[in-house]
Amino acid sequence: MTITLDSKVPSGDIADMWDNHRFNIRLVNPSNKRKYKIIVVGTGLAGASAAATLAELGYEVEAFTYHDTTRRAHSIAAQGGINAAKNYPNDGDSIHRLFYDTVKGGDYRSREANVYRLAQVSNEIIDQATAQGVPFARDYGGLLDNRSFGGAQVSRTFYARGQTGQQLLLGAYQALARQVGLGNVKLHVRSEMLEVVMKDGHAAGIVTRDLTNGTISSHSAHAVVLATGGYSNVYYLSTNAMACNVTAAWRAHRKGALMANPCYTQIHPTCIPASDEFQSKLTLMSESLRNDGRIWVSKTADDARAANDIPEAERDYYLERIYPSFGNLAPRDVSSRAAMRMIEQEKGVGPLHNGVYLDFAESINRLGKDTIEARYGNLFEMYERITDENPYQVPMRIYPAPHYTMGGLWVDYNLMTNLPGLYAIGEANFSDHGANRLGASALMQGLADGYFVLPYTIGDYLADYLNTEPVPTSDPVFTEVEQAVADRTRKFLATKGTRSVDWFHRELGKIMLSNCGMARSASGLEKALSEIPALKDEFEKDVRVLGESDDMNQALENAGRVADFFELAEVMCRDALDRKESAGGHFRVEHQTDEGEAQRDDVNYSHVSAWEWKGPGQAAVKHKEPLEFKYVKLAQRSYK
Amino acid sequence: MDVKLRVWRQGGAFGAGSFKEYSAAGISPEASFLEMLDIVNEELTAAGEEPIVFDHDCREGICGTCGLMINGQPHGPQQGTATCQLHMRKFSDGETIVIEPWRAAAFPVIKDLVVDRSAFDRIVEVGGFISVATGAAPDANLIPVPRDAAEASMDAAACIGCGACVAACPNSAGQLFTAAKHGHLSLLPQGQPERLQRAQAMVDVMEKFFGSCTNHAECETACPKGISIDYIAQLNKDYVKSQVANRNLAGQK
Repeated sequence: MTITLDSKVPSGDIADMWDNHRFNIRLVNPSNKRKYKIIVVGTGLAGASAAATLAELGYEVEAFTYHDTTRRAHSIAAQGGINAAKNYPNDGDSIHRLFYDTVKGGDYRSREANVYRLAQVSNEIIDQATAQGVPFARDYGGLLDNRSFGGAQVSRTFYARGQTGQQLLLGAYQALARQVGLGNVKLHVRSEMLEVVMKDGHAAGIVTRDLTNGTISSHSAHAVVLATGGYSNVYYLSTNAMACNVTAAWRAHRKGALMANPCYTQIHPTCIPASDEFQSKLTLMSESLRNDGRIWVSKTADDARAANDIPEAERDYYLERIYPSFGNLAPRDVSSRAAMRMIEQEKGVGPLHNGVYLDFAESINRLGKDTIEARYGNLFEMYERITDENPYQVPMRIYPAPHYTMGGLWVDYNLMTNLPGLYAIGEANFSDHGANRLGASALMQGLADGYFVLPYTIGDYLADYLNTEPVPTSDPVFTEVEQAVADRTRKFLATKGTRSVDWFHRELGKIMLSNCGMARSASGLEKALSEIPALKDEFEKDVRVLGESDDMNQALENAGRVADFFELAEVMCRDALDRKESAGGHFRVEHQTDEGEAQRDDVNYSHVSAWEWKGPGQAAVKHKEPLEFKYVKLAQRSYK
Repeated sequence: MDVKLRVWRQGGAFGAGSFKEYSAAGISPEASFLEMLDIVNEELTAAGEEPIVFDHDCREGICGTCGLMINGQPHGPQQGTATCQLHMRKFSDGETIVIEPWRAAAFPVIKDLVVDRSAFDRIVEVGGFISVATGAAPDANLIPVPRDAAEASMDAAACIGCGACVAACPNSAGQLFTAAKHGHLSLLPQGQPERLQRAQAMVDVMEKFFGSCTNHAECETACPKGISIDYIAQLNKDYVKSQVANRNLAGQK
């Protein structure tokens, strides 16, 4: 297969591109839309909003989720907010500024045209969500309130307490439920996609496993949309939900879809540090806390004193010191690395010396406890439940944790992968955040893709297939894949080794976190590239999965996901090794400025690295999509 | 710390279930309740016994997937806390902990501690929404919402759909879940046009699945998000009104 990466970015001025593109692409007549069937996999923000909107337009939609209901997707855990260029606070925001901040925040590694469109539709998302009944925070006049977030000097973040993701997801879930109730969407719950089916180079459907009874079945459609989220769980410990996995995207990758910039992962600076080794996941504390919390460590290494016993003069408010203009609101990648350095200097706090303080004492003195409680009460409660410490009295302890993956399936301006008829939206694609995502931009992107981009762009592909039937599921392309899925499932059960799936997952996580985490080096990545295949080999020979395949079997579900993480981990390390520069979340220790900041190499690496699957045990092959910057001037990112 | 577990194991909705005893030794009080179950499952796997199946996902108390009856209390002894946020420090060394699935006819057991809560979705599908198609929304600041109304709506919208309210109720009633959805939408100006149809449609479907509310208020105590039964009163009021108003709207005075 020869691969040409055509981004399909429209010509003309960036401010007119999306308008022109919508005018130029083909439409499907309203009465013809019902003749098309579209499969949407995943029902988080991107998937639920897309499925609902496509159904409202008249398409026949089938939606799939491995959860028991579409309201559980991990979008629900997003706390802080959603960005939009409304400029309600009158502080100088605009579409262009949101665009500029996002490209800069992404360390100049995203596609300008996509980001501009994202900023353009951001305002419509707020309108749509409000009309759906999302109870955003309001001021006393009844109008919408905003707060500021990392990487921006304007207040453009809309929020619903610390539960913005939950409320936006419920908005999308309810829109989807309405379409399910009307019979416009057929919903499959507890149903996991295990393979994409291709016919003559086009996406023809998917094969799924019913998680309650193991039934493997085929579903065909004119187009398939993957809205299956990110892959932070490759690190085992992350802020992602336990079931988050890469399988849907990875199975598409194995069928020829390119995986773009897999090494761009985000380590979120404000998570609760691990308390011991059997920790199953890490809990995020919203970045919004950095609006009123001050981050510090003791100026002395190995300081054994309790936080409140360390006098003001002996504290190092290192973010305020190093980045005076952004201070505690420096972007995520910058803040995370700064915390990592404090720990390296043995200034870590807490029983395991694995955190830094996030202190609200000054804000509580200035604003009163009631104001802080109104802003962050639920987050403070959550913190206390987990750590048994009261953050109104002692500073929180926080530490960076894997949180979001900017990399993902390569998509063009229409959000279609390089496989015709296969789309990727939300965190599952790579397109908008470059090498680092700004806070409150994930919700924006997921909903932009689902509500306002994909529902238009998909028509351009479908127009060619008017009055054609989807490939029947009796076609050999489906029956062969079903057989392969069944064989793979059986193989996990037949291995009958000695170690649990979780054991292997934890080991893989350790390799990835130490070698492909916050700081990466050539030697570490090479080491990982030799350790991962060895561990994968051992997994294949020694994994123990008990129970049956025709029953609810969580270890079996997990085995398939972890097997795919092994292969993903390899291409992540390969991508990280190949990218001999530091950009955003990808920090190569060999490439840093004298002050320890990420040093890009725009001459050699101003491109998207899109990797092609070449088979098990084979090195993936890199394809390049050059990135051109016409509207944002490339500069060394500075938040000083 | 060491604890003994009595765990409900069941093969399916029609399988016979029973309690099985396990011991969990050397558990750190810092471990979460579900991490303790993870450790037990690792040991079961090592011993060749099939692990205990339980629902869980985000493990930060927001997705609503987890839900265990712990010592007869939905989500266990700590108020305002979902199972996944419960920590072992809330238990004492040597204690016996009884773990069961939600028990309600509307929530059939799928396996062990996993139940099918899709009846909740059937309620939402008939009215738990504001009918606004994508693209049809006016500017978000066009309709001011009094701050207190937005806050009261948010209090109800905090529902995570876990089902603890149903599990706690002696009648297995679905009122608190339904009322929370109704309260969330009906306290906002955007939710007014469909308010009474919403009340009637959701209650009618609710009653097909769940028992009747007789004001025990166990649901409010069990709710990990502390949702007030005041919302049930509002739902009841709207439901009564709907019996007249919806007929009037349909011209059947």
